[in-house]
Amino acid sequence: MIKIKNLHANIEGKEILKGLDLEVNAGEVHAIMGPNGAGKSTLASILAGREEYEITAGSITFDGIDLLELSTEERAREGLFLAFQYPVEIPGVSNINFLRTALNEIREYKGQEPISAKDFMQMVRDKSALVELDSKLANRSVNEGFSGGEKKRNEIFQMAMLDPKLAILDETDSGLDIDALRIVANGVNKLKTPHNASIVITHYQRLLDYIVPDFVHVLYDGKIVKTGPKELALTLEEKGYDWIKESILS
Amino acid sequence: MQEVNTIHENKLDKLRESLSKTSIAFNKNLLVELGDFLENSDLPTTKQESWKYTRLTKLSNTTFSGFNEKSTLLAVHEKAYKIVFENGKLRSKEAFEGLNTLTELSSTQLSEIHASHEVFDALNLCYAEDGVFIEISKTLDRPIEILHLSNGNKINNLRHFIRLKSNTEANITMIFCSEKESKNFSNCVTEFHVEQGAHLSVTKIQIESGQDIHLSKEKVIQHRDSNFTLNTVTLDGLFVRNEVEVAVEGVYAETNLNGVYVANQQQFVDNHTTIDHKVAHCLSNELYKGVLFDKATGVFNGKVFVRKDAQKINAFQSNANIIMSQDASVNAKPELEIYADDVKCSHGSTTGQLDEEAVFYLRSRGLSDKAARNLLVSAFVGQVLEKIENTEILDFVYGKLNERFGWEY
Repeated sequence: MIKIKNLHANIEGKEILKGLDLEVNAGEVHAIMGPNGAGKSTLASILAGREEYEITAGSITFDGIDLLELSTEERAREGLFLAFQYPVEIPGVSNINFLRTALNEIREYKGQEPISAKDFMQMVRDKSALVELDSKLANRSVNEGFSGGEKKRNEIFQMAMLDPKLAILDETDSGLDIDALRIVANGVNKLKTPHNASIVITHYQRLLDYIVPDFVHVLYDGKIVKTGPKELALTLEEKGYDWIKESILS
Repeated sequence: MQEVNTIHENKLDKLRESLSKTSIAFNKNLLVELGDFLENSDLPTTKQESWKYTRLTKLSNTTFSGFNEKSTLLAVHEKAYKIVFENGKLRSKEAFEGLNTLTELSSTQLSEIHASHEVFDALNLCYAEDGVFIEISKTLDRPIEILHLSNGNKINNLRHFIRLKSNTEANITMIFCSEKESKNFSNCVTEFHVEQGAHLSVTKIQIESGQDIHLSKEKVIQHRDSNFTLNTVTLDGLFVRNEVEVAVEGVYAETNLNGVYVANQQQFVDNHTTIDHKVAHCLSNELYKGVLFDKATGVFNGKVFVRKDAQKINAFQSNANIIMSQDASVNAKPELEIYADDVKCSHGSTTGQLDEEAVFYLRSRGLSDKAARNLLVSAFVGQVLEKIENTEILDFVYGKLNERFGWEY
């Protein structure tokens, strides 16, 4: 579904990604772990199309399309979704209205008719139940006054509404207590199909108790330095990232 | 030594050339007094504090002559009592108890109307063509709509006087509009007297042509337990200045001033407000928001006075602006003068660009850059617009915003 080859990227002249390779197929869940500053959030930002980053080498193809040629909104319409580490509060813009606009822009891009008000409201009810998001929150301004957990649940609610092919969860576990973590992970698991895929970016192993990955990658100093089965996460938790550093150096 | 003669052209005199003295039966002494004042005055310049950011060159450079006889009527309210002025003259009115026009009244009836020694107020009175004189002694069954149409190239001096007697309510919409090719100067003054326990809500909508000049002044006097709300919505016009002066003379009164201005190209919009808390136990809220595109300029000047014995006053003022281009600008100046010690007052003014992180967030969900920006600015002013309680008027404003800026609500 997505192929990242030899990706190099700079921000303000500083090289963050130094030859990153990653391939994700439909039906798979990939976890990317790594110490702070390894480039995890940079990868998420580049996939979503943040313009501050300069791609100096490498390629990203998404279902055969050159992703780097697409604007942020075109990527979203092609089926890429980023769950933000820090969801933005937008006063005055209702969650529901914005989602309907987003959904209809995506449908229009795919040559589909706008969704009917009735179908849309039914969808809101179903999907907000999935992440146990109070329907009152669905009607409020986007993330305004939401708690940390509510913001993250709102991200997964949006993901459920937009039904992406590839979801990137950027540190979705940060700032969540165990109950919120379970709810968010449950939502992600329920949305899993043989046709979609997820990249779960996390610093800690604990999210992976709930979202079971097919592959765990270790990102260190701008590159994937180790790939393994889900058990790799446990080893990392036990031995820490120093173990990886040592094994690379030796 | 060579003698240098400088001849200063009096710009006010030039403006008065095309005007005819009022035929309304105002107090004769007042007319003489104001006439003398005008003789010895000129247009304000930026050297005067209250005109510091407001240049009147657009006004002084225009020559006004006459008007064209065709106007397209704009119906906003289905239900309202409509009063229509066209090029300064009464065109039609739907009668209700307490409605008269100034030209119909005697000098005794008009004795309460005064103008201050302020150029545009004095000019307005001395050259007033007409205006409404409304006294509400019983709450009406329908809202009132005063429509001001202009077309052509004329100066319109309309003067209104509106009084709500004790414990009555009224909902008034004042609309100013003109034909596309018009180049008018509208100088409108309205006095509002809100007596004890009365509730008055006024929405003023300015959608004059992109070449029109508009100055207006609302002078408000509030008595005990009264409630006054003014929503000023400026969506078009070359040069617009709104002056609002509220004198809160009775205790337990509430004042709400809300404003939205959206301007593009070379437009200039100035909102000058004054709330004078003369007595204790009152509340005032002020919320003005602006969006400026292209080379548009905005001015916000909000004065709040709290007099020495006016304790227990809550006065809140907020002004926020979004600048949509590098060439757009805003001058904002909140002024609080507080002489009482047991009060709660706050003010805040912000001017900035759209939150790019929010734009990115919306785009990452599939909205185009334009749709994302439109959604954000429309939501920004929407928070003020939703204070307009009359849904017909609100829909009309939303429609205008859609027509002019492509915003959807």
